[in-house]
Amino acid sequence: MRKAFAKAVISQCNKEDYFFLTGDLGFMALEEVRAVFGDRFINAGVAEQNMIGVAAGLAREGFKVFSYSIAPFCYARPFEQIRNDLCLTNLPVCLVGNGGGYAYGYMGPTHHALEDCAAMNSLGVRVLVPAFDEDISAMLIEFSFPTYLRLGYDVRPKGTEVPQYAPWREVLSGEQGVIVALGPLAGIAWQALLDVPVGERPSVWAVTEFDDKKIPDAFLTRVAGRSLFVIEEHVSAGGLGMHVALAMALKGIQVSSFVHRFALRYPTGRFGSQGFHRAQCGIDVDGVRSMVLGKKHEY
Amino acid sequence: MNKDFDDLLKISKLRLLQMHHESNCGHIGGNFSCIDALMTLHHLVMRPADCFILSKGHSAGALYITLWSLGKLNDSDLKTFSKDNTLFPGHPSGSGIPNVLFPTGSLGHGPSLAAGLALAAKHKDLDKQIYCLCSDGEWQEGSCWEALAFSVHHKLSDLTIVIDQNGLQGFGNTEDIVSYGDLTSRISSFGAHVQRVNGHNYLEIIKSLNNQSSERPNVLILDTIKGKDLHFSGKMESHYLPLSEDQYRIACANINGEGDL
Repeated sequence: MRKAFAKAVISQCNKEDYFFLTGDLGFMALEEVRAVFGDRFINAGVAEQNMIGVAAGLAREGFKVFSYSIAPFCYARPFEQIRNDLCLTNLPVCLVGNGGGYAYGYMGPTHHALEDCAAMNSLGVRVLVPAFDEDISAMLIEFSFPTYLRLGYDVRPKGTEVPQYAPWREVLSGEQGVIVALGPLAGIAWQALLDVPVGERPSVWAVTEFDDKKIPDAFLTRVAGRSLFVIEEHVSAGGLGMHVALAMALKGIQVSSFVHRFALRYPTGRFGSQGFHRAQCGIDVDGVRSMVLGKKHEY
Repeated sequence: MNKDFDDLLKISKLRLLQMHHESNCGHIGGNFSCIDALMTLHHLVMRPADCFILSKGHSAGALYITLWSLGKLNDSDLKTFSKDNTLFPGHPSGSGIPNVLFPTGSLGHGPSLAAGLALAAKHKDLDKQIYCLCSDGEWQEGSCWEALAFSVHHKLSDLTIVIDQNGLQGFGNTEDIVSYGDLTSRISSFGAHVQRVNGHNYLEIIKSLNNQSSERPNVLILDTIKGKDLHFSGKMESHYLPLSEDQYRIACANINGEGDL
């Protein structure tokens, strides 16, 4: 999604009131952003705390600011700067965390971002998790307060067309309950069930914003009394599963069964690719198929 | 000397004492080490477009009094200091207070915020100076050095970092805890233009601010006394403890030039 992000930034945000800061990352992705932004593009170096403070200063002077890094360096290292400098003042800074979840795979656990959405959501930051490349353009139409954009990989089935953007949207129809997938996992679920007959599969919903108020009535109507599956490349605490469960409890909506699959961190103490970790958590293509068939996940 | 400003300083210090005494609030030592500099900057140096960030947020009282002396806050405002339903907590909230741009209190944030403001001013080609007041212990935070390196690299000469070097921090002497030895040479080695003066002498402060670099960020290190004029002047106790009735009376006498401290 890095290239789709760069393209959207150039086409939509290359304006005099935008700055782009990076923590020394963006090789083979942000070169064109650097070229077109000119002196509004700043490589702030390997100093993320300072980068957020500088972003706050720029935003206080009327600029909208992107602050880009690998996801954990974007939200975890400068957590207090985000909390105090951005959120307490509600400034228009978009934190861009590349490589959400296990996306940095072999690079190891320091480069994974498994609790980012909960951490940012708890501060009141608007959390965006695009599922598909096209989502990014819709997400960047406006940001006027602290925002966290978690980039991953678009893994939709080849040759498929993505429905028009909405924070919650059905991407694959089905009649056996509902799968709710956070961001790119919607593409995984879509791949897993594309060849299964409509009458035998659950529908797949892509969720790209962490905001309980955006859960549509159409979803709630659809899921009532049926099986609900929630999958996310994020820890359970503060994740999508908890949000959905709370929202339904508050509205008094009951489901016939609730299955939640999420990032288990590193259950075997071994490390590998994003696919390896997804398989360990039962959120890869095979894992989703077996989940729908009611099989217990083992790693 | 400027008699009017001398008088204003005295009145403001007495008002600071009164406010802290009425609220039974601590952190008074760090307020009295920097109030001379705060008043000097705001009354004799800063222009309307200039910005100020109190990175050492625990000296909020001195900043509120300075804003009061400028007519931006009134006595009713000060009465609520550090009390329920106030806009003026013990560390500035960053909302609802004139001239306060950011919430501060966690140390090490101000230099980066100031660098961002200075970068914006430079980009817009504005004639605008950004002042940021830090404590000396605050420079144990790595983020200060990140901001300093960034500011030097970007030649943010419209940035002036002022350091209240009172030598005492939360639980001891700065020299005994994590010492930089000579902070002046350490900061100078990063490429900033550094000056060091008596922080309780406004003529020295003004003179140094008239001698700033137009090529590099400026750092002004102030030699100060924590809790100056108080009964625990220069002592650790002044960091946290509020004043008793007797201590308040002694401090007022000292500020009025009637004490024997």
